[in-house]
Amino acid sequence: MEAGTLKLEEIQKRITELTPEQAYEEIEAGGDHVLLDTREPHEYAEAHLEGATLVPPAEVAERIDEIAPDPSQRIIVYCRTGSRSARAVHQLQEQFGYDNIANVSGGIVEWQQKGLPVAEAEGMTSGQRERYSRHTLLPEVGVEGQIKLLSSKVLLLGAGGLGSPTALYLAAAGIGTLGIVDDDVVDESNLQRQVIHTTDRVGEPKTSSAKQTIANLNPDVEVIEYRTRLDAGNILEIIKDYDIIVDGADNFPTRYLLNDASVRLRKPVVSASILAFEGQISTFVPFEGPCYRCLYPTPPPAELAPSCGAAGVLGVMAGVMGLLQANEVIKLAAGIGEPLIGRLLLYDSLGTRFTELKVRRDPECPICGPDAPEITESEMGKFPDYELFCA
Amino acid sequence: MPTIKVPPVLRPQTGGEAEVAVAGATVGEALRALVAAHPGTSEQLFSPEGELNRYVNVYLNDEDVRVLDGLDTAAGESDTVVILPAMAGGRR
Repeated sequence: MEAGTLKLEEIQKRITELTPEQAYEEIEAGGDHVLLDTREPHEYAEAHLEGATLVPPAEVAERIDEIAPDPSQRIIVYCRTGSRSARAVHQLQEQFGYDNIANVSGGIVEWQQKGLPVAEAEGMTSGQRERYSRHTLLPEVGVEGQIKLLSSKVLLLGAGGLGSPTALYLAAAGIGTLGIVDDDVVDESNLQRQVIHTTDRVGEPKTSSAKQTIANLNPDVEVIEYRTRLDAGNILEIIKDYDIIVDGADNFPTRYLLNDASVRLRKPVVSASILAFEGQISTFVPFEGPCYRCLYPTPPPAELAPSCGAAGVLGVMAGVMGLLQANEVIKLAAGIGEPLIGRLLLYDSLGTRFTELKVRRDPECPICGPDAPEITESEMGKFPDYELFCA
Repeated sequence: MPTIKVPPVLRPQTGGEAEVAVAGATVGEALRALVAAHPGTSEQLFSPEGELNRYVNVYLNDEDVRVLDGLDTAAGESDTVVILPAMAGGRR
């Protein structure tokens, strides 16, 4: 019978199995043994037994000669739960004649449950390795990427329609610090889309409501509340410590103010907006791509810029666009993928259609163009009064 | 006949239509044809001097007409002209 078609229970009967404690004793006693880890590289990176050699299952047959040329060599094999390694042990025994080989039953999972020591990836606790395992399984993210997320500081402008889903998913993803700027309180009319708030918190500040939800979801995340509106006087102080800013502001003055301040401090901004059944999103990385003013040099008059309060918005639009924002933040924070730099993505939910438009740096941009005036120290933080000319 | 994609804020002026097929060989002619069919859009698209308003972005397919030939950009049968207004909704 071919090894591959045998049931696991059959294989386990034909090989030698050690409990994690027995294996640990033998390894600790020293002696001449080879310890093989038959998992995938990302699993090994998270945690492995001290001194183990990584040989993914597909490579066992090919590499065993180089690792243990003598078939009488003592070999101890483990994987995550003991199944893949059982098959490897059986194969080495039956096909290659290794006769002093044993499997660790229950694998590294049981090993860790018994409290036995492992060599762990630095920067994450065992609880974090479990919580973020579906991230670290992705080769593009891995332990390294997750650690980047855990050390990232992201500022959210608003805990409303866009900010609610963005904050929930960024918190779940383990963004280490989330700042939330909002001076509003939860209103019953918010709950149709602002999913971070709850019915029993109507009347409470949105920042503290968001903080409670996030604390219940993921205690790893530190939430910093700013119960205020961004203005020319406070913006630089608030944004200066953050790595990435998420703009879901409900008005043009704040959007222009944020753009000008973030270009000055060279902070990337993930900017989205929603109205009725349509949404827009782009990522502005100062001097790498265009800024908000390159895209929209001047704000529209009031009649061309109705607010959600005046015009209505489909609740799930906030979810779709808010999660596209969260996706952009994760990519920027982990340094992966292709962010929406120089691209504006439009979403039409009635037609379920995405449209992508090119956005270029404006050579005449008064903020990020080559002829934009140098900002002196004394001018920092001084902005024109946007309220005067904006709708 | 290029197709013009009408943003939500202009739809009250187009009788609710999101896409309007118009005659015209350039982006400017297409927009003028839209205005002729739906005069309510005129004030929002063009200044009293007849220039395209600065706060209105216009794209031919995925490219901003500002980096092409502006309103003189040729628009063919299968082209889409996208009118793009800035939007600020999100928080409230």
